[in-house]
Amino acid sequence: MGQVSELKTEVKSFAGLEAATRDAYGEILYKLGLENPDIVVLDADLSSSTKTQKFAKAFPERFFNMGVSEQDMMATAAGLSLAGKIPFASTFAIFATGRAWEQIRQSIAYSGLNVKIVATHGGITVGEDGASHQAIEDIALMRVIPGMTVIVPADAYETELVIKEIVKYKGPVYVRLGRSKVKPVMPEDYRFSIGKAYAFSFGKDVNIVACGVLVREALIASRILKDKGIDAGVINLSTIKPLDEEILLRAAEASLVVTAEEHSVIGGLGGAVSEFLSSIKPKPLLRIGIRDTFGTSGSSSELMKYFGLTGEQIAEEIIQRLR
Amino acid sequence: MLVQKRDIDYLRNQARLLRIEILKMLTEAGSGHTGGSLSAADIVTALYFYKLRHKPEDPFWIERDRFVLSKGHAAPLLYAVLAMSGYFDKALLKTLRKLGSPLQGHPSSKSLPGVEVSTGSLGQGLSMANGMAMGLRLSKLSSRVYCLLGDGELQEGQVWEAAMTAAHYKVDNLCAIIDLNGLQIDGPISQVKDIEPVQKKWQAFGWNTIEINGHDMAQIVDSLDRAEAFKGVPTVILARTIKGKGVSIFENKVKYHGVAPTKEELDIALKELSDGTGF
Repeated sequence: MGQVSELKTEVKSFAGLEAATRDAYGEILYKLGLENPDIVVLDADLSSSTKTQKFAKAFPERFFNMGVSEQDMMATAAGLSLAGKIPFASTFAIFATGRAWEQIRQSIAYSGLNVKIVATHGGITVGEDGASHQAIEDIALMRVIPGMTVIVPADAYETELVIKEIVKYKGPVYVRLGRSKVKPVMPEDYRFSIGKAYAFSFGKDVNIVACGVLVREALIASRILKDKGIDAGVINLSTIKPLDEEILLRAAEASLVVTAEEHSVIGGLGGAVSEFLSSIKPKPLLRIGIRDTFGTSGSSSELMKYFGLTGEQIAEEIIQRLR
Repeated sequence: MLVQKRDIDYLRNQARLLRIEILKMLTEAGSGHTGGSLSAADIVTALYFYKLRHKPEDPFWIERDRFVLSKGHAAPLLYAVLAMSGYFDKALLKTLRKLGSPLQGHPSSKSLPGVEVSTGSLGQGLSMANGMAMGLRLSKLSSRVYCLLGDGELQEGQVWEAAMTAAHYKVDNLCAIIDLNGLQIDGPISQVKDIEPVQKKWQAFGWNTIEINGHDMAQIVDSLDRAEAFKGVPTVILARTIKGKGVSIFENKVKYHGVAPTKEELDIALKELSDGTGF
């Protein structure tokens, strides 16, 4: 026990800190492991990358390295939840949601099991590894499964809050994290709850609804637009399912709604917002994201520019659209 | 808790009654999987009326042994044995595959207490059984987990991922049982895509293997006892069976994998099963 309390002092909060969301995950998972003996963790030979390694070292009896077997990992997690545990299953987003999609559907979601799928390396900011490792379809793949909750935190601090919150929720959850460091965007007094979006501001001319690393880019875009006399609001829609319909209806009071994500423009955040608004409050909508193409190798900052996802590019696209 | 009797004649008679319930419900439903429900009927009888520690009146009893029907298409077999064990009224069996029934075409754990896991998509049950067994062991419970797989199912890669997992984590509170009836939808397994030598494969994956005649009740009961006594590695019981076993017109017929009996066929079957000529 002496060892455990000694380790406890290492745990820090990520409020206001620049860090990768996966780093925040590793820390909070370890902290929750100290508090809750029912938490078990599975990984598919990527624990040093997904950052589950800290939990693994502290609680070896509650950590299961499944080797390079994502399908087996998801269904094993289902079984652990049936035995009363709270399993966290982690690997890269493309392998979690692509390789093991049907295991998530059949073994986890169909029975509404309490499995937390926390995947890292979402989107193109994975960088140099290229298209094979860049999940640009994961939000769509998870969102379409009945009963699945889908969350994309914007920074390390929000990740910490999200992971704490999903432990309290009983049911399947998908959380998408990134590989690269992200600057803090969420205020220190921010509190996360599932299904509740956060509005930095509402604009009269345009509202940018974003998730993940695109929240910061949306904030940059809104400042550029403001300088040009365009009133732009920014909303962090970190829970993509269930949707915060109330906040979207308010966002749709502006002349233009923009969605921004490092995901395909098909089926992700943009898809979810379009589906909702087109049936309730039809509105001109601009979807920023990966335009039905695969990713490619490059540094994450190069790729943000290559795919037109930087704040400057988003601002420019909005100006073009409003012209 | 059910009285567990190592009484072979009693178990053989229970298996006969189980086959009758299966065929009646399949005929009523008009669709479903006859062959694979009958081939595993003796094994499942031995589990529910001899081996499993369970309380039908308390399906969520924490210390119960768990049964995972990985070959979920044999759902009629599971529903019939649950009804015969007292989990629910036998009258419910008539609702199989009907709109609003908890007896879904393939097992859904959310709809029916007694169904431990939702299955139907092949290859996933052994992983789930591993997870349950590892979780129960972590909770210091002595419960055991039994997982019934089909032989065609062994063509799914995930089964072998799970086989490695169980051996690596020494999941000895788990027992897999393979219903080796030799046929799959498109024909004999040896012709579609051969899985033999099946015993060598499981041995190579680090499992304790026991090969039996899956219709010999004494052998089934004995193998289940030996599996429980074997520690350190998981055990797989390789049960050689006959698809459609118990009714001459269904035995070893590929066609009856996924076809329910007609009323006329049911009459023939019930006659054979009532006078015992099918055995």
